[in-house]
Amino acid sequence: MRQSFSIGIGGAAGQGVATPGDIFAKIFSRRGLHLNAYNAYQSIIRGGHTFLTIRTGPDKITSTDGRMDLLIPLNQDTVDRHLRLLSAGGACLYNADLIHPATPVEGVQLCPLPVSKLADISRNKVAQNTLAMGAALSMVGVGFAALESVLEEQFRKKTQAVIDENVSLARAGYDYATQNFKPFAWPLPLTDARYAVLSGNGAMAMGGAAAGVKFYSAYPMSPSTGVLHWMAEHAREAEIMVRQVEDEIGVINMAIGASHAGVRSMCATSGGGFALMSEGLGLSAQAEIPVVVIDCQRAGPSTGVPTKTEQGDLWQMLGAAFGDYPRVIAAPLDIADCFKLMPEIFNITDRFQCPGIVLCDLLLAEGRLSVDPAEIDFHPAIDRGEMITSNGGEHAPYLRYKITDSGVSPRVIPGLPGYTHVVSSDEHDEDGVLISDAYTNHAKRRAMMEKRMRKMQGIAAAIPPPQLIGPPTADVTLVGWGSTFGVIDEACELLREQGISANHLPIRWLVPLHGEAILDILRNARHTLIVENNFSGQFARYLRSETSFVPTGHIRKYDGEPFFPQHIVQAVKDQLAGKTTLSIPAHEVMV
Amino acid sequence: MATEIITPNAITMADFKGRVEPDWCPGCGDYGVLAAVQKALVELQIPQHEVATISGIGCSSNFPGFIETYGMHTLHGRSLPVATGVKMANHALTVLVTGGDGDGFGIGCGHFVHAMRRNVDLTYLVMDNQIYGLTTGQTSPTSRLAMKTKTTPFGNVERPVNPVALALAAGATYVARGFSADQKHLTELVKNAIAHKGFSFIDIFSPCITYNHDNTIPWFRPRVKKLEDNPAYDSTDWTAAMEQAQLWGDEIPIGKFFERTDVPSLHSLEPVLNSGPLVHQSNRIPADIAKSFIDELM
Repeated sequence: MRQSFSIGIGGAAGQGVATPGDIFAKIFSRRGLHLNAYNAYQSIIRGGHTFLTIRTGPDKITSTDGRMDLLIPLNQDTVDRHLRLLSAGGACLYNADLIHPATPVEGVQLCPLPVSKLADISRNKVAQNTLAMGAALSMVGVGFAALESVLEEQFRKKTQAVIDENVSLARAGYDYATQNFKPFAWPLPLTDARYAVLSGNGAMAMGGAAAGVKFYSAYPMSPSTGVLHWMAEHAREAEIMVRQVEDEIGVINMAIGASHAGVRSMCATSGGGFALMSEGLGLSAQAEIPVVVIDCQRAGPSTGVPTKTEQGDLWQMLGAAFGDYPRVIAAPLDIADCFKLMPEIFNITDRFQCPGIVLCDLLLAEGRLSVDPAEIDFHPAIDRGEMITSNGGEHAPYLRYKITDSGVSPRVIPGLPGYTHVVSSDEHDEDGVLISDAYTNHAKRRAMMEKRMRKMQGIAAAIPPPQLIGPPTADVTLVGWGSTFGVIDEACELLREQGISANHLPIRWLVPLHGEAILDILRNARHTLIVENNFSGQFARYLRSETSFVPTGHIRKYDGEPFFPQHIVQAVKDQLAGKTTLSIPAHEVMV
Repeated sequence: MATEIITPNAITMADFKGRVEPDWCPGCGDYGVLAAVQKALVELQIPQHEVATISGIGCSSNFPGFIETYGMHTLHGRSLPVATGVKMANHALTVLVTGGDGDGFGIGCGHFVHAMRRNVDLTYLVMDNQIYGLTTGQTSPTSRLAMKTKTTPFGNVERPVNPVALALAAGATYVARGFSADQKHLTELVKNAIAHKGFSFIDIFSPCITYNHDNTIPWFRPRVKKLEDNPAYDSTDWTAAMEQAQLWGDEIPIGKFFERTDVPSLHSLEPVLNSGPLVHQSNRIPADIAKSFIDELM
């Protein structure tokens, strides 16, 4: 089992759950500890219940698991909901003036903080948060200096008096805990590593910037808005034009316009906004203008559950826009991959002049992960594909949609003398002349369809087939796609510890799908389970449609919350025992 | 990208002749608009490769195919966001947007309002024939009350949108109305609109010979009155423009309703464009900037 320590901080929206979360994350990552954080929240600005979990430890932490070592409730509701997540050795740190916990299980330490005695609560409304942070760090064996320096950074835009007040509050909490509470048996270790803490949204935005994105457009939509925020905040330094547009139809069309004029363009949305972009994807494919769209999935349908995660958009992606057209769809496997995938998909969309979709979800988009800064490569390979940039003299008449073996016709960026042409959403001939109206021609139409669709062979050759992780043969083979990578990875480890050998086939590139390669792997599998965060087994259905492969069973979840490793472990055991072929784990954390 | 040295008046009508003949109906108003735009570009001596002509879908949206520039035929109603993207990525281009009343005031009306408030430096030419032509004669957002069409066989009961008033209300910085049968006047308006720095909009009466039997060239000809013929008319006066925009009937004003030059166009407000068009900038993040982005996360 991975050595880890989990802190849960909960309260109403507006009570300041995020700040202690950020501060803990910074302190842990600076100690060289890995971390994974997930914030369960609601679509409300003030009130409701927000519950942030940070899991940290010296090994890679690929998911959270709902188990708590330290609970910091900022209100009564939080302690009522979550005290039961603590087991022997755990502790609950709370404001003794306001919060009255029930009796916890044996071995859980209740740590009341006399907030009104330690702080002037009439002046500082979030005093309890700062006191609790100080107390918590004392109990996990982290020296006070780490907190002091992070607080100074956190409040550096405020006055010195604000910094001093917060530092002294934190100190009071720290000292009080040192004198009155029992420290944790396992003090947090210190390693030489240093990690960056990324959200998936931040990672995709930075990955885009690294890929050379010069134009970013979006309409705010949870959980994708973080990409827009990063872009807006860093636009000037990164020299990226960022536009907030009136709707997602405008968003994708503006991005396509900018791309047509020669720059790499990107946009992000969630399922509802993506639905509005659908026609634009067809334009990108038909006019052969690359564009990259990020879809951060949330629980649907319709407005659905805007603050909850799901992998329910796969078939929307597969079916988006009418007609057959070349495209590439990829699902990042974790938050680090959210960064890494962007330059890769941009190179493909530029080389093959087609739309690309990054199928992310709330779990990654808004989660946090410690990432080795060396993995954040701002100088990746950039391949803009075949372009004519020469400006010299005589040349054969330019054919924008020249029929080639690869299906790729070299692009010219508007502005170049001697190469004017028309690009079109209507079907057209090699010259760009419409063959939809006066000059319809079935032979040309067929040739044009075949030219475009030939690109799919090139794309398939450009993306690697999926690889099996773990032993070549195992009791159970778990197949996942996108964000389930981390939780399946940990589940496999737990299964092995319990004497069940498990391997893992994560799918990153969804379209085109390397069906033969997947079949070659799964043909030898004894017991294959497909794990996905949706109701109908969207990937299982897709895999079957592409390969005729039928798995032994399914593990699905569609309650808005992510899988925990133990969900998968239990489901595997149930299915190996023949109890069921469809496991739908119940979520144990009430958020 | 090097620029050719263009000798004065070297650009002629032949340069802008499209590679296929327009497939509009004989007598369509759009021919007049095409000729006026070609003439305006010749008179302004703008080389064809520095012009992007972007359209939506509809009869008039086939325009980019009939003029030799960098053309783009987009989706129904989406020409303005595409054109905005083009202009943002390369503001050195002269960007013309062409389309019809259904494309611009129906399905694309949301984008129309936002492009105007943003003051994107585009010239938007709407060939307004008050009917859906390419779909064979349905009511459009500018069809007049009581007009009989295939979808209003007993007469239209919905009041038409007033494009000029809408543009004025949305903050357009150049608003005009033209008549495709008055070539000389329309050419001047198009030149003027292209020269305007900011969003320029011309609602152009471009009658449909096939499906609109009410608002025909002979119907318009005696009614249109040029604002330029009234020496007292001040096109910097927004209120006067709004008053003129309300007129419809025996007298229908055409000409430049309104222009203001004190509002910066969108691209001029973008510090990111200080070093020149986006398309010519480096697509690499400098190492020190990249390091600062990572440091924020440590």
